[in-house]
Amino acid sequence: MGAVAVIAAIGLAVFLLRPSAPKETVVVLPSADGHIGTVVVQRGDTKQVLDKPYAASRSDEDKVEQLSAAEVAETFGSTLQALPARPTNFTVYFITGTDELTPESKAELQDILAALKERPLPDVQVIGHTDTVGELLGNDRLSAQRAETVKGFLVEIGIPAGRITTAGRGEREPLIRTPDETDEPRNRRVEINVR
Amino acid sequence: MRWTLAAVLLAFSTLAAANDVGEIKVAKGDAYLERGKERLAVKVGMPVQQSDKVVTGADGTVGITFSDNSLLSIGPGSTLAIDRYVFDSTTHAGQFDSTLSKGTLAVISGKMVKQSPDAMRVHTPSAIMGVRGTEFIVKVDR
Repeated sequence: MGAVAVIAAIGLAVFLLRPSAPKETVVVLPSADGHIGTVVVQRGDTKQVLDKPYAASRSDEDKVEQLSAAEVAETFGSTLQALPARPTNFTVYFITGTDELTPESKAELQDILAALKERPLPDVQVIGHTDTVGELLGNDRLSAQRAETVKGFLVEIGIPAGRITTAGRGEREPLIRTPDETDEPRNRRVEINVR
Repeated sequence: MRWTLAAVLLAFSTLAAANDVGEIKVAKGDAYLERGKERLAVKVGMPVQQSDKVVTGADGTVGITFSDNSLLSIGPGSTLAIDRYVFDSTTHAGQFDSTLSKGTLAVISGKMVKQSPDAMRVHTPSAIMGVRGTEFIVKVDR
């Protein structure tokens, strides 16, 4: 009697421990800006297209399933929390012919610096621009100087200089296209790209 | 055909091995990077290279930002291999293949997918995911 129980127990254990194919789930999420892209899941000869928020493909299901935000948060919460901060960018503007910020940008600067400070070890790319007033080479220098000035602000709040790259694009990449010798405040700018 | 391609890719990956393609931005709990025969404890600020494998323990999570602004994170008990990563910052052309062999992965695609919809693929033991500009998550239960 005991032997039968042992054999039954072993049989059950073998059954429960049998190797099984991994179960896989793929879920599309709505992005921060509300845009929904598409994920195409190719499994052997079958192809599933996921293009709705929380649409899910499972390896043991033929049909696309619809999950809820709560289900996703429960299963993937810690993974989603580990996503790095999204790359972002800021723009500050300058007084004509100088590397001095406009009063408006000066007022905004503290908020920008506060946002940058929140990121652990940010990578920052600082790109200076000018409008088309003045000589091409002079504007190259001015744009580089603007970028260096902004880099100075970033170093002051503790971002390591080695993590900041600067470039001056002169009048070559205007935000607003203008004829030569045009005073255009929106082109006198520095772009701060951070990730 | 497949093996020819694999051989070409292998040759590429050997050439590009010295390049950093991303950086660890988030590291919590038990996690390490396998690079060749080395096993490196994961730290914020550590560069990630093509052919690296990222492994987390029962309490580990890791977040990585790549040079094209793709963002990836893995949850506890996960293994993710960066099989191939190439990105041209001028043209935004590139190719990004990774394999999640177990655990959970979250993906936010970056500039190369905007440029070319087929640039990014995520592999699992049973499937290949093609990514068309989106955010998604993957789970492989072993």
